[in-house]
Amino acid sequence: MDDTLDTSWVLRWAELAQHAVSENRIALMELDRAIGDGDHGDNLDRGFTAVSAKLADASPDSPTAALKLIATTLMSTVGGAAGPLYGTAFLRAATALGDGPVDAAGVAALLTGAVEGVTARGRAEAGDKTMVDALRPAAEAARAVAEEGGSARAALAAAADAAAAGAEATEPMVARKGRASYLGERSAGHRDPGAQSSALILRAAADAAAGGAGQ
Amino acid sequence: MTTAIVVVSHSAQLAQGLCEVAAQMAPDVLLRPAGGTDDGRIGTSFDKLLTAVGELTADGGDGVVVLTDLGSATMTAESVLEMVDDERVLLADAPLVEGTVAAAVAAQGGAGPEEVRRAAEEAALSFAAAQRSGPAEPARGGEVLERVLQLRNPLGLHARPAAQLARLVSGFDAHVEVDGVDGGSVLALLGLGLSGGATMTVRASGPQAEHALDAVAQVVDEGFGEA
Repeated sequence: MDDTLDTSWVLRWAELAQHAVSENRIALMELDRAIGDGDHGDNLDRGFTAVSAKLADASPDSPTAALKLIATTLMSTVGGAAGPLYGTAFLRAATALGDGPVDAAGVAALLTGAVEGVTARGRAEAGDKTMVDALRPAAEAARAVAEEGGSARAALAAAADAAAAGAEATEPMVARKGRASYLGERSAGHRDPGAQSSALILRAAADAAAGGAGQ
Repeated sequence: MTTAIVVVSHSAQLAQGLCEVAAQMAPDVLLRPAGGTDDGRIGTSFDKLLTAVGELTADGGDGVVVLTDLGSATMTAESVLEMVDDERVLLADAPLVEGTVAAAVAAQGGAGPEEVRRAAEEAALSFAAAQRSGPAEPARGGEVLERVLQLRNPLGLHARPAAQLARLVSGFDAHVEVDGVDGGSVLALLGLGLSGGATMTVRASGPQAEHALDAVAQVVDEGFGEA
């Protein structure tokens, strides 16, 4: 069977991400209320709902075009810091991907582009208790699968697992970026909402790939 | 055409108000506020900024300098700059109020985007320098002419006259200091806090020192056109 992914994967990913964010809206808000301003769930729900509408209207003809559309829509609808951060992540993912269908190396490139975009925009590093702590291990896991000759689906599954573990690992961390950093030591003991939403969105990416292939 | 300026703030009122203040000192500069979210809440809008930058660059303008207030406004501005990918559009890392005023005055004087950005980024320094009192530094070489002038307009050296004075002295081949600060810097002049009736010591050196002093004396005696 063909191991690569195409535009329909990105569209399905956006759809599943919207479901995941919507189902976890309250949970994300509660995480954010503990160490932020409590609007992360609402903001992302609004953003991905707008993404669904935009993708349905525009019917992009390549994974890159679809990712770019997701990027610009999130930038203009999510607001706060998450808008530019997720927008940049998808924008750099689109740029890193290049043309054609997506293989495991493509998945690794896409995720590396995303995490580098977030790092550049938010100036956060690993261990700062941010999205980076979910995205960085995800990109590394995808890279490892690609180097072993695995499939795009396997790379995404490994990335989703690594992101989930990365999000969980933010719980004991002390925040060093964003509003949570104002809390200092008191931010420890709470999972970072951005890392959690990143993990949810990458799980959606893996599920979107797995669903189409009948694995 | 002059370099245009976009003010990005979490607050629509703050962005609007700052543009009004800066426009007083830079009447020919396009100043665009991009404050608040699309639905009028506190926050920043990617679309507002993208639209403002798009309009200002559409007709082949001289360039745009963007100033921001805090955190996500800066991230939004960086994202917009990444999207438009136009070398004529620059982001200044500057204190919003001082930076915008300094940028507007520089743009009014015909500075290009890079120079306008530098004026904004140096604003904090020149403003701080103006707050320090101390003996005037001797001008480099040549004769130093000095005149003591009295401010005749009731409000003294407030924003508009300060900008007028700074623009005026910048037009001469002369180094002009007012009470020991750079006469070409509107922020430095504002920092003197000279009110109506106050006297100020103006020193000038360079080839056009005498002309510069005459011109300064004239606008001061005319009360900067204010009653």
